[in-house]
Amino acid sequence: MDKILEVKDLHVDFDTYNGVVHAIRGVNFHLNAGETLAIVGESGSGKSITVRSILQLLASNATISKGEILYHGDDLLQKNAKEMDNLRGNKISMIFQDPMTSLDPTMTIGKQVAEPLLIHNNVSKKDALKRAEEVLRLVGIPNPAARMNDYPHQFSGGQRQRIVIAIAIVDYPEILIADEPTTALDVTVQAQIIDLLRELQQKIGTSIIFITHDLGVVAGIADRVAVMYAGRFVEYGSVDDIFFNPQHPYTWGLLDSMPTLDTNEDARLNSIPGTPPNLLDPPAGDAFAPRNAYAMQIDEEQQPPFFQVSKHHFAATWLLHPDAPKVTPPAGILNRYEKFKKLGGNAK
Amino acid sequence: MTKYILKRIFYLFLTLFIIASLTFFLMKLLPGTPFSNQNRMSPDQLKIVKAQYGLDQSVFVQYVRYMGGLLQGNLGTSFQFNNEPVTALIGQRLAPSMQIGAQAMVVGTVFGILLGAVAAIRKNTWADTLATFVSILGLSIPSFVLAVLLQFYLAYKWRIFPVALWDNFQSSILPTIALAALPLGTVARFMRTEMVDVMSSDYIELAKAKGNSSWKVVTKHALRNSLIPVVTIIGPMAVSVMTGSMVVENIFSIPGIGEQFVKSITTNDYPTIMGLTIFYSFLLIIVYLIVDILYGLIDPRIRLGNGGKE
Amino acid sequence: MEQIPQTPKEKFKLVHDENNAEQEKISTPALTYMQDVRRRLFKNKVAVVCLTLISIIVLISIFAPIIAPHNPNAQNVTMSNLPPKLGNLNIPGMNGYQNMGGKMVDAYKQAGAPKGTSFILGTDYLGRDLLSRIIYGTRLSLIVAVLATLVDLLIGVPYGIVSGWKGGKTDTFMQRIVEIVSSVPNLIVVILMMIVLKPGLTSIVIAIAITGWVTMARLVRAQTFQLKEQEYILAARTLGESSTKIATKHLIPNLSSTIIIQTMFTIPNAIFFEAFLSFIGIGIPAPNASLGTLLSDGQKAFRFLPYQMWAPAIILSIIMIATNLLGDGLRDAFDPQSSEH
Repeated sequence: MDKILEVKDLHVDFDTYNGVVHAIRGVNFHLNAGETLAIVGESGSGKSITVRSILQLLASNATISKGEILYHGDDLLQKNAKEMDNLRGNKISMIFQDPMTSLDPTMTIGKQVAEPLLIHNNVSKKDALKRAEEVLRLVGIPNPAARMNDYPHQFSGGQRQRIVIAIAIVDYPEILIADEPTTALDVTVQAQIIDLLRELQQKIGTSIIFITHDLGVVAGIADRVAVMYAGRFVEYGSVDDIFFNPQHPYTWGLLDSMPTLDTNEDARLNSIPGTPPNLLDPPAGDAFAPRNAYAMQIDEEQQPPFFQVSKHHFAATWLLHPDAPKVTPPAGILNRYEKFKKLGGNAK
Repeated sequence: MTKYILKRIFYLFLTLFIIASLTFFLMKLLPGTPFSNQNRMSPDQLKIVKAQYGLDQSVFVQYVRYMGGLLQGNLGTSFQFNNEPVTALIGQRLAPSMQIGAQAMVVGTVFGILLGAVAAIRKNTWADTLATFVSILGLSIPSFVLAVLLQFYLAYKWRIFPVALWDNFQSSILPTIALAALPLGTVARFMRTEMVDVMSSDYIELAKAKGNSSWKVVTKHALRNSLIPVVTIIGPMAVSVMTGSMVVENIFSIPGIGEQFVKSITTNDYPTIMGLTIFYSFLLIIVYLIVDILYGLIDPRIRLGNGGKE
Repeated sequence: MEQIPQTPKEKFKLVHDENNAEQEKISTPALTYMQDVRRRLFKNKVAVVCLTLISIIVLISIFAPIIAPHNPNAQNVTMSNLPPKLGNLNIPGMNGYQNMGGKMVDAYKQAGAPKGTSFILGTDYLGRDLLSRIIYGTRLSLIVAVLATLVDLLIGVPYGIVSGWKGGKTDTFMQRIVEIVSSVPNLIVVILMMIVLKPGLTSIVIAIAITGWVTMARLVRAQTFQLKEQEYILAARTLGESSTKIATKHLIPNLSSTIIIQTMFTIPNAIFFEAFLSFIGIGIPAPNASLGTLLSDGQKAFRFLPYQMWAPAIILSIIMIATNLLGDGLRDAFDPQSSEH
């Protein structure tokens, strides 16, 4: 498969009132053509910052201190402002979390959807608006011709997110970055938006980077999943790898805190105790160690490298080191291993 | 919208009625009359004069008369200035006041918007600091201090502008600058806050994500959204310009309403004070009304029904 | 893939009990809200400078009788309109010399002042020491501002709280009143009040306060409205706490930032109104000095004796600028989002 995007050793720092926050501390990943990569993690883990770095849409106090972002082999971090403008909304576009605030309240939605076309293509206003109307129909806005001249406040939250998606896909981007596109929506609407994204991906063949803190949403859309914690990836692999053969204790914690069909009605959901580390002063070892019931001394001293679990599955935990003691994961995870075996996988 | 405007117009009249009544009774509370220090008048003469102004009637009758007069657009008669009707006084003096007032509003708003926008776009740079400094100066230095300084240095000492009097456009420049400082400071500060807010909003982020250049992001999305709320401070600005005009006109000897107002205060010309008070209030309430309607017209969220529907 | 580093085996020992992870280490010291506000305020250099300036001016005003070198109202016609002179230091502009018909003349000698007499900021047309007048004038202006602000607080805050807390019909009615009061230009109300009342300190304070409370009431009402819906207030109500107790225990502390910030903008406003009224001649009556009367006197002589206006103008501007900037600083300190985002 073609790697259309590759992020290498990305570091992002934020200059804040209290000091420099090392928000992203060496992230590596790639995106294949036509696939959907989900990045999962709790709030503040750095998912959003990672993807915003790709488009260089970071806050003014942020700096990408190290790393490369290769788009078809070209380092985006070396591009000037104009070259980046040409990519944004054209080759790489983005959907934001909150549809209630993502649309310009004083511009008609027709114009907003047509805007990327007018910026990037040499088209007439009329043609752009015509295309905008088609795309609005495509994303499921009823009666788009009549609604082109309406303003955002005249639409519901779900419809607004459809409009935001229309803006993102109107110029057939190669990469679509969806930053928690369903978080602000009702559960039923969430499902519709996920379906819409999947459908659109088939129709126009874009690759998607999907950010979420909700593992439940991931299964429905992703091909591959990366789990992020405190500015680093801790585990990545296929959906099956992550869901049924997780190796990192943080992934265990995430999965265990998610209700499944098998969850007993009276069973309590587990939560991960503690809070993420302060990235003003990142820990030397595994950032998850203080919250990790399976932490070893080395976890507190040394950053674990990625250990390969299977061909495409990697996890950064010392538990995979040959010298590590054998630990028993929580019961919920053992159940998942059982299923993985049934699926024909080679669970540990 | 129409219903809203009608409601507002109703309140306009209600407010004016209350103001007129309050002014009337306040004036009646005043001890003595403007004639009390004119010893030359004999009691008989005083009686005649009082009758001439209707001051011999009961307060209630005077009130009804006054309000009746107001309805017909009669603001009363001045005690000074050869018994001229207050409306006539206003008529003669409206033009200069309106001219410098309008000039000051336009200059203050336009430059305030520019200054505020630059400060917001170049946030936390020297340009921002400079703009903030200028707007704080504009806000803090009272217009009458500024007027005196301008008059002394630019007119009296360096002779760039006429010192006082009112004849041509040149003579309106210094008073305009003196009056424009406060609106400029106010608008610049307000604009900066609004625009910083807008610039950090999600839709500006989306506008960037669409591939707009920074310039286009500002001109196509940020400016319009930050300008809409600026409309709301036109009303308070009109008040400050009016306040300033009273002393500034005085300092530059401009034959305007403000100068007249101060003069009637110092000469205890109560009918003129009352008339001008009501006139000023009327003017400002109209400005507030226009601003509100304008705001409704340019903001689609208000024009097309309240807020967002879920 | 990354090289697996060589590590001593003993490092691979579980450090936690599997069932009991030791947690909740908060690595930055927790600051209370007010501590945080203070820290942010003191980190803001502009605000600190303004706060210092204001403190100095306030202290000088409080100790005016001790600090002022002369009686501010003592006239001495022989010493009228003397230019500034600072001891025997020969600083141009501060040496008692004056331009008379193109020649610099020692004005003090001409007036026959006893040797050693010096007025740092000169004297006015009645021979009163300008420095002392400015010190007393500032004191009076500040008193006006403080009193007006106090009245503002006493009316505006309870009005806003009641209006916002009660809601419904009470609120509608109270807001109607606010609307009407605020649609009358405040200057006109102030002027009318000044005409009706006898000129003087009390009248100015009343006149300014009568319109000033409206803004405060509005802001407090809006904030109360929001706070009312907060969970912790709902909880307090559900637990049956009395309205007064809720107001003093929960509302006031949470309203404090709004109130403090608004106060910082009321003060320059009151100072401006006093100066304005005195300037047009209906404010503080003679012979007492306020910044407004000093400016008014200074303006009359400005062409020939500019120092008589410059000094009060600069002090007034400094007070206005410093309070405005401190207000800004406080707002940023209370609500860091307003400046940082």
